[in-house]
Amino acid sequence: MKVKQISVFLENKSGRLYEVCDCLARHNVNIRALSIAETADYGVLRLIVNQPDEATRALSNEGFTVSETEVIAVEVPDKPGGLAQVLQSLYQERMNIEYLYCFVEKSGESAIVVFRIEDLEKGIEAIQRAGFVVMQGEDVYKL
Amino acid sequence: MQYFNPVEVLDREELEALKLSRLKTTVANLYDNVPFYRKKLKEAGCEPGDIKELSDLEKLPFTTKDDLRDNYPFGLFAVPMREIIRIHASSGTTGKPTVVGYTAKDIQVWADLVARTIVAAMGTPDDVVQVAYGYGLFTGGLGLHYGAELLGATVVPMSGGNTKRQVRLMVDFGTTILCCTPSYALNIAEVMEEMQISPKDTRLKSGIFGAEPWSEEMRKEIEERLNLSAIDIYGLSEIIGPGVSIECQEKAGAHIFEDSFIPEIIDPTTGRTLPPGQEGELVLTNINKEALSLLRYRTRDITHLDISPCPCGRTHVRMGRVTGRTDDMLIIRGVNVFPSQIEMVIMQIPGLTPHYQIVVDRVGSLDILEVQVEVTPDVFSDEIKKLEELERRIQDEVQSYLGVSVKVRLMEPKSIQRSEGKALRVIDKRKI
Repeated sequence: MKVKQISVFLENKSGRLYEVCDCLARHNVNIRALSIAETADYGVLRLIVNQPDEATRALSNEGFTVSETEVIAVEVPDKPGGLAQVLQSLYQERMNIEYLYCFVEKSGESAIVVFRIEDLEKGIEAIQRAGFVVMQGEDVYKL
Repeated sequence: MQYFNPVEVLDREELEALKLSRLKTTVANLYDNVPFYRKKLKEAGCEPGDIKELSDLEKLPFTTKDDLRDNYPFGLFAVPMREIIRIHASSGTTGKPTVVGYTAKDIQVWADLVARTIVAAMGTPDDVVQVAYGYGLFTGGLGLHYGAELLGATVVPMSGGNTKRQVRLMVDFGTTILCCTPSYALNIAEVMEEMQISPKDTRLKSGIFGAEPWSEEMRKEIEERLNLSAIDIYGLSEIIGPGVSIECQEKAGAHIFEDSFIPEIIDPTTGRTLPPGQEGELVLTNINKEALSLLRYRTRDITHLDISPCPCGRTHVRMGRVTGRTDDMLIIRGVNVFPSQIEMVIMQIPGLTPHYQIVVDRVGSLDILEVQVEVTPDVFSDEIKKLEELERRIQDEVQSYLGVSVKVRLMEPKSIQRSEGKALRVIDKRKI
């Protein structure tokens, strides 16, 4: 039920994001979703890719600081209130979200929300109880 | 083999007598043969005959690096050039280079001193000594080279740089003792990891590291990553080069070879001699050299002396780690800061590497100190919150230790330039 996300530490200097993407391209890794959190001096790039282990290996070999984190991906209907309902299920359990980002599926019928919360197991239960589909890692990589 | 030269364990009384007789000879020789010293001694109201006991040393004037520069290149030599067989010089990044000369006997004395340091690092004639200090005008490379040869060890004269090749030959030749700067030792360890060579694949047992200040934490890191016993060697070209002092396996201070150099600790501002144990500037007097002997040379290195007996049996006084230099001391908003203190703080935080840089700048009239450290996978988190916690932790620890607030900047691994000799720790952008 958990999805592997890879995170890369990036200094704020020109060309670094390109170099990450170029490295992934050379290793034939496809990016599924991406988000960047930034401060004045550096950023953390978070990626979901089709081959997380291969991507981690390739980036580490090229000298990037990389870590793997487990996140949850939830399918949410692509309509007003969709995200709110999922959040409500977590809020009712008083669970805090560290961060989240979304992407829209090709079909356009649903969006996928990627969550990082402290207690993943508890989060998955709460979301499933609210009737949402928590996606398998393999399904997300294949998208 | 516990020591190389019996003089290392001479009893104190005999050692003091030897020091006094050599001091007398040195002062008389300088008075007779070096116009600079004759003038300086006369101005201070000293005659060679005034030296009756060792404490009379305090009456003699100091020598500074400026004196060497003012007499550039050969003005302080006490012998004719025909007797000089070797010249070394400092890099001269802060002005004219300082030039030093050696007679044939000086080279022998120096080799003997360095052989003592290699034995202190458990070296024997069976060892393979890889000299990765720079060869050339810098005293490090040739200094270690001659000492290792005198001991009868096998010397691999690599000089600095070309790190992959250093590692390959280290494995192929079965190097047992590595000599280089501590920052370069870490660079070698890193390259070894990249080449997927484990220290277990080498025969390394000891490292003789010096030519820049380093901390106890850095020693631990080097010892772990290279699987060897690391000891600190101290020296400076003005005095002779490497081989002024060396740690023994007790690793509690470096024995200063008192048969050749008389150490004192002074208060750098007043010039007054301080009692043993107190921290101050190290002052050295040559008493066993022909070509160039310096009286009370101000090393600018900050340390203390330890006169307590050492379990290793050597009777020569020990100096503590150099905790800073009077001239690389940064004054940040009125507070004295030594880069080595910042290093100590960094190295106490698990997961941080000893690769760091300090950038000083002035914004308006305020000094800004930025400490740059590299983010390793051990401390990296995908949550900004945790990275900010790390920054704050470094800031807090530096602040509580030094009393200065700093800005911490997290850098990508390997983005701080690696040392192939002396590491560049401080970038001072202030225009004062």
